[in-house]
Amino acid sequence: MDVNKNSYTIGFATIMVVIVAALLSSAAIGLKPYQSKNVELEKKQNILKSVGVEVSREQAKVDYSTYIKEELVVNHLGEIKEGSAFDIDLSKEVKKDASEQSFPVYIAEVDGEKKYIIPLRGKGLWGPIWGFISLNDDINTISAAVFDHKSETPGLGAEINRPFFQDPFTGKTIMEDGDFVSVIVQKGGANGDIHKVDGISGGTITSDGVTDMIDERLTKYLPYFKSISPEMKVKEILETVISDEKRDTISNINERIID
Amino acid sequence: MSDKKEALFSKKNLKLVKDPLDDNNPITVQVLGICSALAITVQLKPAVVMAISVFFVLCIANVLVSLMRKMIPSRIRIIVQLVVIATLVILVDQVLKAFLYDVSKELSVFVGLIITNCIIMGRLEAFALANTPWKAFMDGVGNSLGYALPLIVVAFFRELLGSGTLFGYPVLENLGLYKLGYENNGMMILPPMALITCGVYIWIQRIKNTKLVEEK
Repeated sequence: MDVNKNSYTIGFATIMVVIVAALLSSAAIGLKPYQSKNVELEKKQNILKSVGVEVSREQAKVDYSTYIKEELVVNHLGEIKEGSAFDIDLSKEVKKDASEQSFPVYIAEVDGEKKYIIPLRGKGLWGPIWGFISLNDDINTISAAVFDHKSETPGLGAEINRPFFQDPFTGKTIMEDGDFVSVIVQKGGANGDIHKVDGISGGTITSDGVTDMIDERLTKYLPYFKSISPEMKVKEILETVISDEKRDTISNINERIID
Repeated sequence: MSDKKEALFSKKNLKLVKDPLDDNNPITVQVLGICSALAITVQLKPAVVMAISVFFVLCIANVLVSLMRKMIPSRIRIIVQLVVIATLVILVDQVLKAFLYDVSKELSVFVGLIITNCIIMGRLEAFALANTPWKAFMDGVGNSLGYALPLIVVAFFRELLGSGTLFGYPVLENLGLYKLGYENNGMMILPPMALITCGVYIWIQRIKNTKLVEEK
């Protein structure tokens, strides 16, 4: 048979495409349940890790219900809405207007202490980065933080999911005299500053992505924080959720700290 | 017909495995697959994972294309090769995500890099299309090992000198070198040093293997 005839070529291509398409789609459909289960367990594992509970993925299923007491959803005014935090897909929420977003909050109890877990999502160098950050009962001190990424550079930006980067977040504070200043990932080292952690050499853009992500996400929760901790002296300006002036304030603070 | 009587591990077949390790190394002699080699040699672990993945994909793709070599219309052969590679890579990725989730996280971006690895397409085009499946398999083994060797050597030096670790284990710290005033060379983790380290590898290889030195 002449394999170079037009009809043969077209026939070959057609059959190949059909076979490959059938193979790939059946593999995707058949494996989907296993994959989603892994993703769900990993999320639970990460949530637990963000309050300092390190467990394996299998164990996470059991321990999750032990430690996590509440799964709340709040709106941009800090009021509690209907729904469960776990079902919210943050990647879709962050694309919406701030006033329409749902903000998930997990409340955990570890060794009798109440901790608030805030899911994070932002941009790295090559793709999305995400994580969870937990605050102690004073809504100021960070209990722990975990980060992960889709496609940051291995060995550089990808290191944000390593303990050496995550551990220093513990004990840092996000407030200065009652005003929100966030935590900054500092290129060249934090040098003991209570609002800064060490950046990653060669991973500056990813490090900055983490800074922006924490700042942007936590800012949106300020109304909620104020509702649970009324003595908090968050500036009036921060209460109107997203405003340009607010952005400026934050960047001014950033500059001040960097200087 | 002499083909069929040939022993599985005849000298000729073993040469298919040995050649790419030195005389005809895909990275240092043919200068293929350089892009991925530079991108993932900051640390040993991703380099090893990448080498293993390329091993699987290259061997299977080589055998598949070799089996189909008489059926593939020559005008669309490149497309067929690409489809074979991409299908394999996606299948492997899906299976890993379902059953070996941690490995799949480790691979993450490399999966895409495998599809675009010039070595794989190069071997399919230059070898698998014209040879029997067993030979194509041996060629796949040889070339993926030939890809792995410089990759791992470069990654070893970059991780050791750049971060002071090996597979994430703090070797230099445990040797107490930092107390003596030693500092990691931060430049080793930047991309240009991959090129330079690779160049040094080629230099040393050519000192030992003078066949590779071009005559003026």
